[in-house]
Amino acid sequence: MSGEPVLERVTVGGGVALRASGVWTAQYAHVIERMIDTAEKGERGQVAVLIDVSKVAKLDTFGAWLIERLRRGLVEGGSDSRIAGLSDDYSSLVDEVRRVASVAVTPAPRFSIVGMAENVGRSVVDIADMMVALAGMTGALVVAFGNVLRRPATFRLTSMVHHVEQVGWRAVPIIMLITFLIGCIIAQQGLFHFRQFGADVFVVDMLGVLVLREIGVLIVAIMVAGRSGSAYTAELGSMKMREEIDALRTMGFDPVEVLILPRILALLVALPCLAFIGAMSALYGGGMVAWLYGGVDPDAFLSRLRESISIHHFTVGMIKAPFMALVIGVVASVEGLLVEGSAESLGQHTTASVVKSIFFVIVMDGVFAIFFASIGI
Amino acid sequence: MADDAIIRVRDVSVQFGSRRVLDGLHLDVGRGEILGFVGASGAGKSVLLRTIIGLVPRLGGTVEVLGTDMGTADAATRRGVERRWGVLFQHGALFSSLSVRQNIQFPLREYLNVSPRLLDEITLAKLAMVGLKPDVAGRFPSELSGGMIKRVALARALALEPEIVFLDEPTSGLDPIGAGDFDELVRTLQRTLGLTVFMVTHDLDSLHTACDRIAVLGDGKVIADGTMSDMLASQHPWLQAYFHGPRARALAS
Repeated sequence: MSGEPVLERVTVGGGVALRASGVWTAQYAHVIERMIDTAEKGERGQVAVLIDVSKVAKLDTFGAWLIERLRRGLVEGGSDSRIAGLSDDYSSLVDEVRRVASVAVTPAPRFSIVGMAENVGRSVVDIADMMVALAGMTGALVVAFGNVLRRPATFRLTSMVHHVEQVGWRAVPIIMLITFLIGCIIAQQGLFHFRQFGADVFVVDMLGVLVLREIGVLIVAIMVAGRSGSAYTAELGSMKMREEIDALRTMGFDPVEVLILPRILALLVALPCLAFIGAMSALYGGGMVAWLYGGVDPDAFLSRLRESISIHHFTVGMIKAPFMALVIGVVASVEGLLVEGSAESLGQHTTASVVKSIFFVIVMDGVFAIFFASIGI
Repeated sequence: MADDAIIRVRDVSVQFGSRRVLDGLHLDVGRGEILGFVGASGAGKSVLLRTIIGLVPRLGGTVEVLGTDMGTADAATRRGVERRWGVLFQHGALFSSLSVRQNIQFPLREYLNVSPRLLDEITLAKLAMVGLKPDVAGRFPSELSGGMIKRVALARALALEPEIVFLDEPTSGLDPIGAGDFDELVRTLQRTLGLTVFMVTHDLDSLHTACDRIAVLGDGKVIADGTMSDMLASQHPWLQAYFHGPRARALAS
């Protein structure tokens, strides 16, 4: 088998022939393409050009197509061109590529101001669609919950317990660790800065209020959004991709009732528990730092905490937890059901689910802060 | 035949947990032939295919493809051999986030240094070869029917001009007309491109019309190997049941 492909120009009788030889395969496609482009330009204006392929050692789809492309180019340039010397083995291959239409080159979309404005407009519409979808999902959940209340036997308790284990029980170690560290950091920073004013002991006030009202539930909600909201979206999304949700629907089940309601109820149970555990763990961490780093012994810490904290601080924190659970669950479910056929879409919606639920959790925390301030708790 | 074997499987054993799936299996595939590989569901047909292409680790034995021992070859040599085969997975395994055009061009872009114009032209040529219209090029796998997915997957498997094509149940899930077309397509491609085809199948029609040779898997070994008439003449009870069952009879009549 001879090596590199060659295309040489020979004059046979009165006419011109291009004699191809060597290996015309995919491996040499870039070389061959350059050769035929030069040949095409060089032979422009010739009356007749014969393409002799009898010396070609090996031909594949690439080679066959490039020979065919050369022929078409020459014919377009006004020459009478044909292919000669084709062996029987390869003639069917060349016949095959002959049926292929020439490619119409489509120009890439160009950047324009109008296009940019259009993108902005589309994003606004997308945001509106998302709000409608969230409202729709909340409504569907209420309906599903109503159905379950009327016929409690249809409630999927096993599924819910399973999800409580997944999103609640299994999250306990990581939640405890993170909130413990956050409590430590708050106490350490407080001590470090308050000491300059001789106000060490107020660290306990700050820690108590901050952890019970805000940080405890917020950190836990953000972690749950990242840990469980993403899992819900990915689960529902892949079920959607594999038509499992369609299958449920055709069997007469409501996917919201079967899949989404148990998941969201599980979150509603798990998140307040985790928020409580998180707040206690953060207080413990803060107390440890106050003792070991700040010299506030545990008895002093507890009595100061009792003075500075009322039950309201605790209830304000805990009241927020189920609302945050609902927001995370609804966003995760909506995004999950928006997943389309591709792996890329699954990734996009899982990301969107986490980002949006964290955003809504923080917005909601702000709304609650204003509300509680105005009613004076 | 044995001298010209393009795939040589010797004494291959594969075990999952305590379950021995392939047990000292021998198989040769000659250059340019279409081998149909049959066996009961769960007998390990796909496992053998995946073992040959290196997706399932072997417990023992050797697999030689295109004269290279895949067990001892270094990574670069193995990759060289991998470039010379194409695989059609059972469910197509198209990249779901890429369009049909991008799916077919993916291996081409990776391995060849050719102009975008030629890439597009070759994509259309491949699509035409597997019997698809140029307008599917812009679609995504989720917008294709089952038969179209198989055809696009075949076009992708053929993209790098392979010498061997592995087909895992190429006609399953296709309607009889589509399946018949697919068999015809495999035959045509084998003729025009000089392919060697290793086809795992359950389709008696495919075995009749497309395959040159049939190998039968049972108890982790090849229990029979020969042409369709050899299979029909065999006295082995499983082969009797397979090739003389009600569906086979309906086909023969």
